Amino acid sequence: MMDRLLELLNTDARMDAGTLAVMLDTTKEEIERRIAKYEEEGVIRGYKPLLDYEKIDTQYVEAVIELRVTPKKDFGFEEIAQKVSQYPEVDSVYLMSGGYDLHVRVVGKTFKDVAMFVAQRLAQLDGVVSTATHFVLSRYKDRGVYMTDMPGDERGNISL
Amino acid sequence: MDLEKMLSDRTVSLKPSGIRRFFDIANEMEGVIALGVGEPDFKTPYSVRQAAIQNLQHGQTRYTANAGLSELRRAISDYLKRKFDLAYDKKDEILVTVGGSEAIDLAIRAFLNPGDEVLIPEPCFVCYSPIVTLTSGVPVSIQTREEDEFRLTPEQLEAAITPKTKMLVLPYPNNPTGAVMRREHLEAIAEVIRRHDIIVLSDEIYAELTYNGRHVSIASLPGMKERTIVVNGFSKTFAMTGWRLGYAAGPAAAIKQMTKLHQYAIMCAPTTAQYAAIVALDHCEENIRQMREEYNTRRRFVVDAFNKMGLHTFEPEGAFYVFPCIKSTGLGSEEFCERLLYEKKVAVVPGNAFGDSGEGFIRVSYSYSVQHLSAALRRIAEFLQELKGE
Repeated sequence: MMDRLLELLNTDARMDAGTLAVMLDTTKEEIERRIAKYEEEGVIRGYKPLLDYEKIDTQYVEAVIELRVTPKKDFGFEEIAQKVSQYPEVDSVYLMSGGYDLHVRVVGKTFKDVAMFVAQRLAQLDGVVSTATHFVLSRYKDRGVYMTDMPGDERGNISL
Repeated sequence: MDLEKMLSDRTVSLKPSGIRRFFDIANEMEGVIALGVGEPDFKTPYSVRQAAIQNLQHGQTRYTANAGLSELRRAISDYLKRKFDLAYDKKDEILVTVGGSEAIDLAIRAFLNPGDEVLIPEPCFVCYSPIVTLTSGVPVSIQTREEDEFRLTPEQLEAAITPKTKMLVLPYPNNPTGAVMRREHLEAIAEVIRRHDIIVLSDEIYAELTYNGRHVSIASLPGMKERTIVVNGFSKTFAMTGWRLGYAAGPAAAIKQMTKLHQYAIMCAPTTAQYAAIVALDHCEENIRQMREEYNTRRRFVVDAFNKMGLHTFEPEGAFYVFPCIKSTGLGSEEFCERLLYEKKVAVVPGNAFGDSGEGFIRVSYSYSVQHLSAALRRIAEFLQELKGE
């Protein structure tokens, strides 16, 4: 079972140690110690806000690229995954089961930026057999958070 | 014809539940951060909803047996045994009802003769007293106290018993206080009850939402099963309020009479809900655990927050309510709630909606996300600051 502390941080990583301590019936110091340990061990790799890019005045395009690759002898998918990960345009890289091998999320300013990056960088990497690019049109939910306006509480405001 | 004059005097004389006017205002106001509802924020577990859809697709849409599906009564029997060490025969000791509410109604009607007294510890949910009145019984309230952590004490019970006492309602874990009767408290009550001919109506709808240790049913204590009707249901435990499904478990002779009433008034509980409930009982242990864990986290957070803002709040051990004392503000329960609603757009329930002893308290529900709770608590803290400045 996952540590309750991690579950809570997963819903809101900005909750302060004092509040978390109350919620988990422990001390602030204990919470701070545990979080520090998770950070040190690499269990917690980072904290980032979930941005709604539609509300920010900036150019932003996001695409998912399906990569089929030939695994290398002795290295498997490791080497190619590392290579792909190094590009700053690449937001995430997952090794997948099923119809393709690497799931790569790429962000850029324009559709053309992303398309060029795929054609000139990813497609030409050694071992890449094929690419399929899917542009993101709209985000409804991201990492458990709704990116659209939530409907009101159907329970009303008050009942016995 | 004057229709008003045609209406039943007794029905008309019943007080409307809670404080209707305040409720109407609160529910109509827009942009409110509410802490007012008495039902879970969780959705019914997916597997339960799926089971209902599947049964509809198979066209299982007819009446069931009056007492409920045999397979559901089997599941209830297993569950009560597993969870609370209660042994009830699925054949004649369990009745499936339309919510716990119907089970309460039936139990009261099955036992009361005109003039029989029913002891009701308050503050409590609002349905018991009107049902007793409608059944020609006499509701006798017992005012529990904060210094007893809103538990019914054996002394209070003993003092309230008369030769006319027929029944004791035992609504724990309690709405609105969150109070819980632990084993030792129940043993003291059972000790008194066993010396009299009194039926216990044990409303255990919040049984699974018990946080310090496990829920104990008074029916599991020696000599109590034969004089107890246990009421429970799916609304709170499985977040199934809208499914309208509950049950009563008790001695066969009582269940037989209750089933007769149920047959005339209702026929049977909703069939789709009954099929879905089997899945809830048999397969949703992990869902219950997760919901309880989440409620518990919020409970600690909210109790701490109220105490920090200077409203004394005793630690509730059950349900999903806290019951802060607002006497230090100098305001009455209703005035406090109305001003909080108008000035800060936060909705909570005045404690006196649940009985006289709730005056000086407010009921705050924590069936909301932590983010929602935080926002509401901030506004309440501001409200208190501004009150101090007056």
